Amino acid sequence: MLKVDNVKKTFSPGTVNEKRALKNITFHMEPSDFVTVIGGNGAGKSTMLNAIAGIFKVDTGTIMINDADVTKLPEHKRAVYIGRVFQDTRMGTASDMTIEENMAMALRRGKARGLRKGITKAERNLFRERLAILDLGLENRMTAKTGLLSGGQRQALTLLMATMTKPELLLLDEHTAALDPKTAKKVLELTNQIITEDKLTALMITHNMQDALRLGNRIMMLHEGRVLIDLQREEKKNLQVADLLKMFEKASGTGMASDKILLS
Amino acid sequence: MNFITMASFLSAVSQGLLWSILAIGVYITYRVLDFADLTTEGSFPLGAAVTAQGIVMGMNPFVATLAAFGIGLLAGLVTGVFHTKLKIPGLLAGILVMTGLYSVNLRVMGKANLPLLKQPTIVTSVVETTGLSTANAVMAVGIIAVAVVIVLLWLLFSTEFGFALRATGDNPRMISALGVNTDIMIILGLMISNGLISLSGGLIAQYNGYSDVGMGVGTIVIGLASVIIGEVLLGRRSIVWCLFSVVIGSILYRIIIAFVLANNLPPTDLKLFSSIVLAICLSLPAAKERYRDFVNRRGQKTVQKEEKLC
Repeated sequence: MLKVDNVKKTFSPGTVNEKRALKNITFHMEPSDFVTVIGGNGAGKSTMLNAIAGIFKVDTGTIMINDADVTKLPEHKRAVYIGRVFQDTRMGTASDMTIEENMAMALRRGKARGLRKGITKAERNLFRERLAILDLGLENRMTAKTGLLSGGQRQALTLLMATMTKPELLLLDEHTAALDPKTAKKVLELTNQIITEDKLTALMITHNMQDALRLGNRIMMLHEGRVLIDLQREEKKNLQVADLLKMFEKASGTGMASDKILLS
Repeated sequence: MNFITMASFLSAVSQGLLWSILAIGVYITYRVLDFADLTTEGSFPLGAAVTAQGIVMGMNPFVATLAAFGIGLLAGLVTGVFHTKLKIPGLLAGILVMTGLYSVNLRVMGKANLPLLKQPTIVTSVVETTGLSTANAVMAVGIIAVAVVIVLLWLLFSTEFGFALRATGDNPRMISALGVNTDIMIILGLMISNGLISLSGGLIAQYNGYSDVGMGVGTIVIGLASVIIGEVLLGRRSIVWCLFSVVIGSILYRIIIAFVLANNLPPTDLKLFSSIVLAICLSLPAAKERYRDFVNRRGQKTVQKEEKLC
């Protein structure tokens, strides 16, 4: 499904601000893999996700989605394959446009925008049905601007938008980090439900180790721009946070205390 | 204080209508795309120059006016390419094109001022065919032109393309992640905007009876003032509502100007006056906030005092 091979990225090379964000990232994902990604600040988690999404060009290495080489494609051309939810809740929707307008744009992800109607009646009905699933009452507020919604509502909406036309790959960048614990839990459950029911291939960054262990069939830990730990279904099953910490110390040769991983 | 006569009031309304097409162009860049585009000050006289020269050369005035729109598209294209492909900051890209257009406009006209006396214009052909008075003909041309522009833009903004254009100004990262090339959207938006501004220039040249190389000076301020006055009065709702409010803003602006001129302000002071009006309008939201804070604080103080008394 997704093949990331020897991907490297250095920001501001040759300057005092040089930052080797991705030193060598290699991993492959099978269809309907749900991978949780953990790692300390500056480990390269978001950079890796942005590299896959095409926010910037990588220095070396290749990225393949469904056997198509997307390494050189700009972000808007990769959108055909990728659905995204960002950490910043304002990032996922156009705040001055209505809920239904935002959903209509998401429905056309990766398609050419022509002079056809921006939103049709049939689509409105579809959106109403989908919104009802969220159980947030948004189906009755479809002409409200998304800037008026709460962070949790926006994030649930963005999730719905990212998965409405089944993406080949779903990228979630700490999409519950900016929410209060209760809302975060709700959005996370919704995420898990959608990914499992639609058998989506997903990559989810989280700061919460328990969530990372509980959800998905595979866990990856990044450290200093490399994949340090990569555990598949069976190995992950009975893993505890303490086991993970031990593994990290062994693999990296440093203590957890020196790193800024948040434990929760 | 002198009030304005009915005739000058109606004349202000007609002018406001013709100028509102410029204001709608400014609205598209400033509000929809979130791009302060100074190309305006070059594309407005460009439209005037092209229309005037076209008419003088014997072109049908309607064709000459449409030509102004077409040439305006090109001016927007240059600014858009400068900004998106060559990575020149937006303000600077606009200034570069505006400055370059000054020479272009002189070349188009062949001199600094091209009169349209005794030449056929849209206004004169409306007068001939309908028998309306000149003043009424101008009004009719203004109403029809504005109605056509608003209807076409309303249709455009409800298409997939229109949605993508609005989202580009609203949240470029989001719409890019949904597969839209934001560079293309910015270029197309600037083209439509400058096409309209140039069209407005062509109409104003026919209304004034001449095209002048200096007529672009201050047009961005006029456009912005119309947009902001409309917003302050009518608020921001749907796109059609906003387009309508821009037209109202533009008409009001002309009425204010007519009123000021009727009270013996020399016309040479108009630009200064325009700037002050726009500065006041732009600072209104901040002023409102301060006023609210002020009222709140006073409210609290009186409450504290009352508590002490108790």
